[in-house]
Amino acid sequence: MNSPIRRISAGCLLLCVALLINATYVQAFWADDLNARSENRRVLLDEYSRERGPILLADDTPIAQSVPVDDEYQFLRQYPLGPIYAPLTGYYSYNYGRTALERAQNDILSGDDDRLFVRRLIDLVTGEEPRGGAVRLTIDPAAQQAAWDGLTDEGFKGAVVAIDVETGAILAMVSTPSYDPNPMASHSIEEQTATREALQADANEPDLNRAIAQRLPPGSVFKLVTAAAALESGQFEPDTEVPGPAEYDVPLSTRPLPNQNGQACGDGTPTLTEALRVSCNTAFAYVGNEIGDEVLREQAERFGFGTQPLTNDDMNAATSVFPAELDEALLAYTAIGQFEVAATPLQMAMVSAAIANDGVLMEPYLVREVSGPDLVSPIERTEPEERTRAVSPETAEELTQMMVDVVENGTGENAQIDGIQVAGKTGTAQTGREEDPPYAWFTSFAPADEPRVAVAVVIEEAPDTARDDIGGGRLAAPIAREVMEAVLGS
Amino acid sequence: MSLDRARARTEPTPPEAVTPRRGRGTELVLLIFAIGIATFAYVSVDLGALGRVPPNALAYLGALSVATAVAHVVIRIRAPYADPVILPIVVTLCGLGLAMIHRLDIADGTTRANTQLTWMAVGVALFVGVLIFVRDHRVLSRLPYLAGLAGLLLLVLPLLPVIGHSIRGARIWINVGPMTFQPGEAAKIILIIAFAAYLVQTRDALALAGRRFLGVDLPRARDLGPILLVWLGALGILVVQNDLGPSVLLFGIFVLMIYVATERISWIILGLLLILAGGFAANAVVSHVAERIDFWMDPFIDPQGQVAQSLYGLAYGGLLGTGLGQGRPELTPIAESDFIGSALGEELGLTGLIAIILLYALLASRGLRSGLLLRDPFGKLLAAGLAAGFFLQVFIVLGGVTRLIPLTGLTTPFLSLGGSSLVMNWVLVALLIRLSDAARRPAPPSASTASSTNDTAVTQVVRIR
Repeated sequence: MNSPIRRISAGCLLLCVALLINATYVQAFWADDLNARSENRRVLLDEYSRERGPILLADDTPIAQSVPVDDEYQFLRQYPLGPIYAPLTGYYSYNYGRTALERAQNDILSGDDDRLFVRRLIDLVTGEEPRGGAVRLTIDPAAQQAAWDGLTDEGFKGAVVAIDVETGAILAMVSTPSYDPNPMASHSIEEQTATREALQADANEPDLNRAIAQRLPPGSVFKLVTAAAALESGQFEPDTEVPGPAEYDVPLSTRPLPNQNGQACGDGTPTLTEALRVSCNTAFAYVGNEIGDEVLREQAERFGFGTQPLTNDDMNAATSVFPAELDEALLAYTAIGQFEVAATPLQMAMVSAAIANDGVLMEPYLVREVSGPDLVSPIERTEPEERTRAVSPETAEELTQMMVDVVENGTGENAQIDGIQVAGKTGTAQTGREEDPPYAWFTSFAPADEPRVAVAVVIEEAPDTARDDIGGGRLAAPIAREVMEAVLGS
Repeated sequence: MSLDRARARTEPTPPEAVTPRRGRGTELVLLIFAIGIATFAYVSVDLGALGRVPPNALAYLGALSVATAVAHVVIRIRAPYADPVILPIVVTLCGLGLAMIHRLDIADGTTRANTQLTWMAVGVALFVGVLIFVRDHRVLSRLPYLAGLAGLLLLVLPLLPVIGHSIRGARIWINVGPMTFQPGEAAKIILIIAFAAYLVQTRDALALAGRRFLGVDLPRARDLGPILLVWLGALGILVVQNDLGPSVLLFGIFVLMIYVATERISWIILGLLLILAGGFAANAVVSHVAERIDFWMDPFIDPQGQVAQSLYGLAYGGLLGTGLGQGRPELTPIAESDFIGSALGEELGLTGLIAIILLYALLASRGLRSGLLLRDPFGKLLAAGLAAGFFLQVFIVLGGVTRLIPLTGLTTPFLSLGGSSLVMNWVLVALLIRLSDAARRPAPPSASTASSTNDTAVTQVVRIR
């Protein structure tokens, strides 16, 4: 009987080896994948039971923080200012994962980042509970509040972005309607589920960050890009006279392109400055066709169209688009910001910021610095970075004067600030759908002589405003003024 | 085969061997290590989970030491030549099991570790009883039919009204006073004894008579009949009781033992084919089985389910484990029983799990080694059946929780919470100790002079050494 017993022993050895190999596969090779699965409660509990770092504003006000609570998760994630900052913070949900900065900066906030390695070693030796690092933003609370108030006072659906023109630091980023992220971070799964379902059912998409993630036709604010291209081409000067009839005969098309009010601009041959002041559609359609689609596209791309912004912050911003193939007819519409040209509010703020900064576009950024858990030792600080030269300093200066003219004598009068010169441009963009009211745009910067802040405002829907009253100058410009005042006042 | 002939099969005693090594001193040293590991694990659980040394650490050390000392002393008296590695392995495994159950107690707010320690004492008592009353393992071979009947009766017990009792859908429990007991654990050992005793009597007929069919030597129906009846009966009852693990285990043990008895590999092939056929049939017919197979193919169809949680636990432990008391094994359903392997893998890591698997393999190898050394066919068959069956059980349950094979409910020997399993595994180990003692005991002087003319006996002597 010995030979079968030997064979059985060999068989047992085989089973043993199979167990060992399988255990090694699961625990050594498959483990990373298993630990990364979103429904893995162990990893989530681990994260929860660690003190997650705060997200702070420029003045150290926390907009996301972990507070100790007496349940199995040990810490509750709170958003003290709720909806105002929800598009920035996102939420940190047990069931639905993380969004926005909670997602983008997760490694720092959770303490897993390699840059916190030394800190973790120290914690290991001293036996202290590991904590996450802090993320400090560039957001100016006064500007953010002003933008929020401006949009919500009358229940607008829209967004505001403000940029420090010299550095590219984002000073305000508001999107309305917003939502309260606190219930999403609740320790009650039912509350999370109910909140999430309500968010998904809401046609207004409160969890969409309209400031950076939604592209809309920019309308007349895009005339800044067309004007920049015209000046850069050398074919035009601010006082070059251009044809501005009541209707522009679109090449290759039987349908003429009218002015907003159905009348000719000025005497019918306004200068470029006058055309911008009254936002003359026919004049800019003409200019567009004069310079050609290649020149216009290149100019748009130098302002940031076609390149995703905020990639350093990993904020999933949308890329603004300038259409690819254009014939003369479509070029005419594109030159006034219609047809398929689409921009985020952030993109239009970048256009103003570049003009304000002597023609140099700075890379926009949200995270000023990340620091260790003690909040005082920054481990990385964002350095301002030049992105492109959008226009020459001379063109920038000429555009500034034309924009000042818009605010002082033209459609942007509502953006005027006492004692400070403001440069701006209004826009009222057709949605492309007959039944929907137009989008109201405004972008500006101030002070015009020594610019500090650039703003873009878009209002998608203004429920209590009559359709004919919707316009960038009327609705959007006052909000831009409030935001600029908040920045300059501080 | 008579006892006299079996005794006659001894190899010539080497002239230089005066006193064979008994190994009791080695056993004592290893036991001290085992108790050390067990106590350290117990203390480590409290340090990890609560940050303090458990107040009853010394009492725990004392209880464990007393139980172990009793077992050791009885071995010294009753089985002095027993393999010195077996008992230390068992004590280590029991200690790790107790530590993990205590760890889950802390998480769940229960006191199951105390119960388990009590059952361990009962197990040691039965271990002592077996060593005292079974002085020669061959007495077990005397009543194969009665043993078979007793095994079947034990399996039937849970199906009876009043005392029968169902937990988690498996009707495998009986109520004895205030306690519940799984008679199937005892039935397993008794049936192995019955199989061994019966196969020793009929193995020649099984191996030699019969027809060849499709390349497989089929034995005569009357040789195979009784044992097939026992097997079918056991399987039938287990299927009715809705408990898959023991059915597979019993079938596997049966096939292995009949292979050892007949030395015909065709039995293994037949057995594997039957397992596959049975698996396919059960997958199609029994929803319970189909579900197990679905969870094996994709554990994440229920992300909070047993297998998925077990895998998450193992992954969370990684190479070195979270440390005792610092993982989250309580998230795995029934971590104290079927899934204690993954709970230990979580807190002790791959390193710890490998150590545990190797301990089991070492224990089984010691049993199989006794089978090789033993001179009587019943002892050989019994040792092989007990040891291989033991490791098969380890493979089925650990393979199930690590998703190597579909999950079937079985306890992890010595680790899992549960009195019946723990006590009966102590009995199993007592039998292995008894068998290893017989295997290593030097032959009586009178036997060495007797010469054998039996051909097979000569062959076996050659094979052993």
